Amino acid sequence: MQREGSALHGLGVVILKELSDHLTSVRMRVLEWLVVLFALAALYGAIQQIRDTTAEDPFLFLKLFTTSREGLPFTFVSFLTILVPLVAIGMGFDAINGEHNRRTLSRILSQPIYRDALLFGKFLAGLFTLSVSLLALWLLVIGLGLFLLGLPPSGEELSRAFIFLLVTIAYAGVWLALAMLFSIVFRSPATAALVTLGLWLFLTLIWPALAPAIVIAFAPSGNEETLILAAQYLSRLSPSTLFGEVVLAILNPTTRSLGPIYLSQLQGAVLGAPMPLGESLIIAWPQIVGLIAGTILLFVTGYVIFQRQEVRA
Amino acid sequence: MSADNVIEAQGLTKRYDGVAVVKGIAFSVARGEIFGLLGPNGAGKTTTILMLLGLSEISDGQARVLGFDPVREPLAVKRRVGYLPDQVGFYDNLSASDNLRYTARLMGLEREERERKIASALTHVGLGEVVDRPVDTFSRGMRQRLGLAEILMKEAQIAILDEPTSGLDPQATAELLQIIRNLKDRGVSVLLSSHLLDRVQSICDRVALFNQGNIELLGTVGELGRQVLGVGYYVDVEAEGQSLADKLRAIPGVKAVETPSANHMRIYAERDVRSDAAAAVIAGGGRLLRLSVETPSLDLIYNRYFENVTGGRHAA
Repeated sequence: MQREGSALHGLGVVILKELSDHLTSVRMRVLEWLVVLFALAALYGAIQQIRDTTAEDPFLFLKLFTTSREGLPFTFVSFLTILVPLVAIGMGFDAINGEHNRRTLSRILSQPIYRDALLFGKFLAGLFTLSVSLLALWLLVIGLGLFLLGLPPSGEELSRAFIFLLVTIAYAGVWLALAMLFSIVFRSPATAALVTLGLWLFLTLIWPALAPAIVIAFAPSGNEETLILAAQYLSRLSPSTLFGEVVLAILNPTTRSLGPIYLSQLQGAVLGAPMPLGESLIIAWPQIVGLIAGTILLFVTGYVIFQRQEVRA
Repeated sequence: MSADNVIEAQGLTKRYDGVAVVKGIAFSVARGEIFGLLGPNGAGKTTTILMLLGLSEISDGQARVLGFDPVREPLAVKRRVGYLPDQVGFYDNLSASDNLRYTARLMGLEREERERKIASALTHVGLGEVVDRPVDTFSRGMRQRLGLAEILMKEAQIAILDEPTSGLDPQATAELLQIIRNLKDRGVSVLLSSHLLDRVQSICDRVALFNQGNIELLGTVGELGRQVLGVGYYVDVEAEGQSLADKLRAIPGVKAVETPSANHMRIYAERDVRSDAAAAVIAGGGRLLRLSVETPSLDLIYNRYFENVTGGRHAA
């Protein structure tokens, strides 16, 4: 059955309203300051460490993202791995059920728009807000790096750092879509927040450790190579694992593979030599696609449920 | 669809998991009419409204709103229909005018037209002094009025109001009912639902009494009174004179005459017999002191109907 008009009529209005809400909300400001402060701490530690230990490195700037102060467990990237999902979840957990609870949903949907525009608008506004925040953070890192290291980044370093920014936005998109999915499924924002945070903790902290155990439990007699590969594939169900692997390939140019490396692959290779950007991208491409596909899959699931949901409070 | 009707429903049905909550109802709302969907909570009133707005799928039957199909042409319906949901919600952190500004943008109004209509609508509902106040400082009645302002701003041809007086104190109810009357005066057709029969009786031209997904009774209050109670009107006559009650009983359409006090007679009639009653008093040599007419209360009609039909076993 064909509906009249565009499904996205009113999308721009919804995006502007949601953007305004996000950018002025106390919740968002607290989360953003949290990210900035933690990131600056990690960055400061990285700069100290680089000054103390690194004499010469063609990718010095990229080390800002991946190096931690000796004795400290967290790098800038690891902070982002943890805090970006928190911010995304903070923005999405009450996106739809909040409208239900405020009793605004039926009133808004009685205006000449489809539900598509409301859901897309909320998602795009959330993603745009996250992108703006991450871009600001990225510029801060680049600026501080320039100032404190006294060296300009090379073109390739900037390219890799920019790809890292895009991948981080995609990573945030997964968690935003997941939080919005639960905001559609659960009428209570508290339940949606708890379930999303629980799943985030599980996928980020428990799943990477659990995946090998599951493989061994279900296929104890397989050869070691198969078991390692199976455990790796299974652990890639976690967006954090995918993000970690992409970051490894993009920010560490010497990374030649994200899986087991065979001796045949090392024949003729100059160990420690950096890969060209294009080849690093090829290595990380499945993971990047995985993050984008995960976002789309979660969003579409939420979209289908939302379309079938009753709007009455 | 008749040109005089703005809403028509035929065999309208809604099922959830195979269970029908609205069971093949049929009704129409005429242009410029205030039509009441009345009945207890859970009777199917809100579901019917949501189907008419295209916000809930129709399981069976069909509806036309201003000639448009709410299933295939929901945007056309929503452009022309204003909706005030039960316990209407607004963005509490935004001001009254900002809330309306958001919906005005969704409607596609240009800036100048938008600002003019917002100011006019808020003034019309008596919120002209609080346009910049956040909505979280508003009382329930003010929120309802803000919802009506949204309908005015939209210049809707039909206003659908779901339980508009629910939770309001008598004064706020009276103010809201007056605004609804004003909507009618502006040529807006009104479909309102309520479980508070007595509160909305005074403004409805016709009503449909809902129960358990069915429309049990439909018509004017007078018609329903005639149908259920045998009388459509109570005419109170205060007059001095001899044997006036007998003369009043002789008027065609009069079912009974009671005499609560010496000079006070209450006529139970099928039709409004005030002019006949006045003529009868004067022709009988009496002196007419007061004459008034009332229709039976919907509460009474509703309760009596279910006592008659089901022995009182209905959803109350």
